[in-house]
Amino acid sequence: MLLHLLAPLHFLAAQDSGELLKGLTAVGRGIVYGGAAIGPGIGIGIVVGNAITAMARQPEAAGQVRTTMFLGIAFTEALALFGFVLAFIISG
Amino acid sequence: MLALDFPPVSHLVEWGPIWGSGALAINKVVLEMMIAAVAVIVFYTVAGSKKALVPTGAQNLGEMAVGFVEDGIIMETIGPDGLLYAPYLLTLFSFILTCNMIGLLPFVQMPPLARYGVPVFMALVTYFIYNVVAVVKQGPIQYLRNVMFMPGVPKVMYLLLTPIEFFTVFLIQPFSLSLRLFANLLAGHLILVTFAVLTTALWEATKIGFVLPFALLVALTGFELLVAFLQAYIFTILSAVYIGRAMHPDH
Repeated sequence: MLLHLLAPLHFLAAQDSGELLKGLTAVGRGIVYGGAAIGPGIGIGIVVGNAITAMARQPEAAGQVRTTMFLGIAFTEALALFGFVLAFIISG
Repeated sequence: MLALDFPPVSHLVEWGPIWGSGALAINKVVLEMMIAAVAVIVFYTVAGSKKALVPTGAQNLGEMAVGFVEDGIIMETIGPDGLLYAPYLLTLFSFILTCNMIGLLPFVQMPPLARYGVPVFMALVTYFIYNVVAVVKQGPIQYLRNVMFMPGVPKVMYLLLTPIEFFTVFLIQPFSLSLRLFANLLAGHLILVTFAVLTTALWEATKIGFVLPFALLVALTGFELLVAFLQAYIFTILSAVYIGRAMHPDH
């Protein structure tokens, strides 16, 4: 029964296993980087959006807000960069 | 069919030795960093030699850089007593910025800080400085207590917070500080390489289709100039924040 269900995947067995590993590595890299980019993407949006709100409300504090905004971006962005580097570290 | 084989990443960042061999060999990356270091030293020597009342030329630019680091970075994060660290932070800022800009020059086009060794060394220097400053200013035991048991938190939370804070300050901070610089520059380099490869392939295939990727290549080089400045700024300001946290722990 299970084999029957897996029948469409038979082409996998026919392939050279090295090629399969290479392909799966590429898929894994994509998933790692894509997954790592979701959270920081949302996070940076929140950081910058709130910084703009703050600057619009109090333009005289814009300098201080901008400094803090870059700090927040840097801390948030680090997570995406971990994923970016991890994607290169994964090897087939 | 286009010849669109993206070269393996190791081919894009590893360079053979130009002079010498082994660990002390000088390759393209080392040469760029040497040029950057000499350029920074020469620039500040020239800028500081005249001390005119109304600054012009190099002195003007030098004073702008010093003012930026002192007012924009140190005063915003540490406070007046952090001006002691202005030479170190200014050196970091100037060196990173110069390295990044040399790495963007046409026909050079290899950011030297896209090799992990240099950012990690600079991050370790910062790590060394903020730990020594904290031990001297707070005392070793008080320092550990300030890091691991931050005041004003319910007792139960220490179960969760103590290991997190310990690993953050002593392991992850230098790691993320260096990785941020390295990965940003590597990512920028890869983007530029992608469009360069595309430009070459389309030039060989069609002679006309290369216009679009080439225009994007030029535009992205301009964007990387912004990133070059931003990353120098972020590395410096985070170093200042870490040093400031060591000098004035949260009460």
